[in-house]
Amino acid sequence: MNRLRRTLLGALAAWLAKPLAALAAWNESAFGAKTPQDALKGIGAANPAPSKEIVIDAPQIAENGAVVPIEITSNIPGTSSIAVVLEKNPFPLAAKFDFGEGALPYVKLNVKMAETADVRVVASAGGRHYAATREIKVTIGGCGG
Amino acid sequence: MAGPMKMRATVAGGNTDVRVLMTHPMTTGQGGQALYFIQNVTVKHNGRTVIESEISQAVSRNPVFSFRLKGGAKGDTIEVSWLDNKGETNKIEAAVA
Repeated sequence: MNRLRRTLLGALAAWLAKPLAALAAWNESAFGAKTPQDALKGIGAANPAPSKEIVIDAPQIAENGAVVPIEITSNIPGTSSIAVVLEKNPFPLAAKFDFGEGALPYVKLNVKMAETADVRVVASAGGRHYAATREIKVTIGGCGG
Repeated sequence: MAGPMKMRATVAGGNTDVRVLMTHPMTTGQGGQALYFIQNVTVKHNGRTVIESEISQAVSRNPVFSFRLKGGAKGDTIEVSWLDNKGETNKIEAAVA
């Protein structure tokens, strides 16, 4: 109980200490999750259905795990968000993008991968969740930096 | 340290391609380094928020993102801003070319 109160007070103090501009949301429980399953639960997308309508363009072999380019397009109508899960990283959830009316469900980014692993992309549309995975082989891990 | 940003926004195939580069160490907290990374990236088109994102320390150092916005015309304003876990922010604004 005391611990809970301290945590809450700490969170409140941290919140108050932040400038107004710093109030953007960051899903601490999802990004702090240590398994892909917990990360997906954290973003409310547990058990996504497999979909071939999510296109993941990435190298089969990444020589440098510190910079692995991943390009994602969702062809699922009404896609409102795309999450990127690096299955074997210490904290698997790498990013989540929310697309408004004026944006296409497309993103390209560079990520760090600790080792050869599946990259799972979860797209959400109309309250349903879909996933596609792709394996990327990593010859030199990139999580030191 | 966090530093300047670069951005290019161009009309292509009826949409607007945005490519943005941020200068940030994005350190993971491993190997004696501090955990220091961008947490939020926001894209605005003519002042309207079109993409909001949350990212982790798994995004590479000096992050580069490409986004695609619906429609758009030369001269439109694109703004990309970020916020990191220390509360630092930066933003860049550019006209669509």
